Amino acid sequence: MDFDLKAALLLTFGQTMQMVISSLLAAIIIGGSIGLLLFLTSNTLFLKNRIINQIVGVIINITRSIPFLILLVLIIPVSKAIVHTSIGPSAVVIPLAVAAIAFFGRLSEASFSDVDNGVLEAAIASGASKLSIVLKILLPEALPSLIKNITVTAVSLIGFSAMAGTVGGGGIGDLAIRYGYQRYEPEVMFICVIVLVLLVQIFQIIGDSSAKKLDKSSK
Amino acid sequence: MIEFKNVFVSFKQDKQIFEAVNDANFKIEKGEIFGIAGSSGAGKSTLLRTINLLQTVSSGEIFVDGENVTHYRRTQLRILRRNIGMIFQHFNLARNLTVYQNIAFVLKAAGKSKSETETRVNELLDLVNLSDKSNSYPANLSGGEKQRVAIARALANDAKILLCDEPTSALDLETTSSILSLLKDLNKKFGITIVIITHELDVIKSICTRCAVMNKGSVVEIGDVYAVFTKPREEFTRQLLSHTNHFTLPEEIISKMQGPIIRLTFKGDNANNPILSYAANTFQIGFNILLGKIEYINSLPLGILYVELIGEVDIIKLAIEYLAANTADLEVINHGL
Repeated sequence: MDFDLKAALLLTFGQTMQMVISSLLAAIIIGGSIGLLLFLTSNTLFLKNRIINQIVGVIINITRSIPFLILLVLIIPVSKAIVHTSIGPSAVVIPLAVAAIAFFGRLSEASFSDVDNGVLEAAIASGASKLSIVLKILLPEALPSLIKNITVTAVSLIGFSAMAGTVGGGGIGDLAIRYGYQRYEPEVMFICVIVLVLLVQIFQIIGDSSAKKLDKSSK
Repeated sequence: MIEFKNVFVSFKQDKQIFEAVNDANFKIEKGEIFGIAGSSGAGKSTLLRTINLLQTVSSGEIFVDGENVTHYRRTQLRILRRNIGMIFQHFNLARNLTVYQNIAFVLKAAGKSKSETETRVNELLDLVNLSDKSNSYPANLSGGEKQRVAIARALANDAKILLCDEPTSALDLETTSSILSLLKDLNKKFGITIVIITHELDVIKSICTRCAVMNKGSVVEIGDVYAVFTKPREEFTRQLLSHTNHFTLPEEIISKMQGPIIRLTFKGDNANNPILSYAANTFQIGFNILLGKIEYINSLPLGILYVELIGEVDIIKLAIEYLAANTADLEVINHGL
């Protein structure tokens, strides 16, 4: 082997984490807000508004129906404008974030919708403001489910980030394809896959255990 | 205290207009426990929710404490709602908040400071006998305990009115009576006006002073609970009562008996007089009691007795006349003469 596998693994692992973590953060903040907006505009107790709800819903649906590989290429001009480059991990963060925002937007909407409407009605009946109900009742009630859905999003992002190598995004997936597949070095491919599997396992375990810890709805 | 004036609530369902509440017109007085009975889908729940505007009315007006609240919005509405507590069939406590946090939420939302909140929550938990459950989550409480937490939460901001939406329908009999006696206590202690909607007529019998009966969105009968239950004016009320008041003799028993069988109803005052033993002494006839009960509605007795009369025909006739004059109702089931 004419290259330092350990150094390459460390570098690409860092790239993967950079892509996954930053797009995940964008998904949680922006996607979560969109999910909340979708929920609030669909619920008569809050701000029911069919027009806003449907416009946002259609945008989310369109984004989600574009295959990620195509989204990657489509968004190159946007990435160029925002991060002034079209290659490397920081450039792929933009399409990854867009895909993750749409994905988590829908999932978080479902998490909010799963909260018992009666609990929200009781809070409205108590005279509390809608803002305090969202912050102190809706969010804590939806939190275990939101965390499960953040985990699902993170795991999908690890998969998407591997595809990002195709536009020079780097990352472990890229390493696996370039060395493992194109240069016929199956050991490299194997190690990369193991790293990815471990990464997914770690995310899943952290997500499951924290969701379980926060969920007080069963004895 | 609460007044409905020409209140209509209509929904559009499958392109058809459906009147959930059809011209409600009545008053609920301060300090009373008012029941609204009716089968499911009668519009009870919709009517109840118009009081705190969880349900907006299509037309008509709602008055609370003399104020027309029908068009209250924002701050005005939030202040109104703080004064009107509400409890529900399924308790509706936030699952991921402790008992303490559930109650503290409504106090903080009303702008109470941390120390005020703490004092008040402990006071309330004391009131509903749950001081030791402060840090428990709802999942670890029994149904009765959850409803008591919900009551504490509903009253947190010194509510003057408590709306109860089927408060005991998810509870067993024993817990039901403990929740009802808690509500009765709160009504006595603090003069809270309580409005209960329920399909369980026993709930209304045991704690309400007045009640309304609803059918298909309309209030068909309204009055004193004792009067409604013992002398229903409307056919619908009679039907509703017959479902729960099934109290008749089996046919086989009637055909086996020799003498005439009569059904006596005692109400109010005459339920306390020893009319039967007096008749037995005066007319020298025998009474064979076949079925009987005395129940108390709003603390007034209602007695029903099925009796076989044994003796001479002419004397029995006189006895029946006497009994008819001295009881609320006498019905001859089987002449047997």
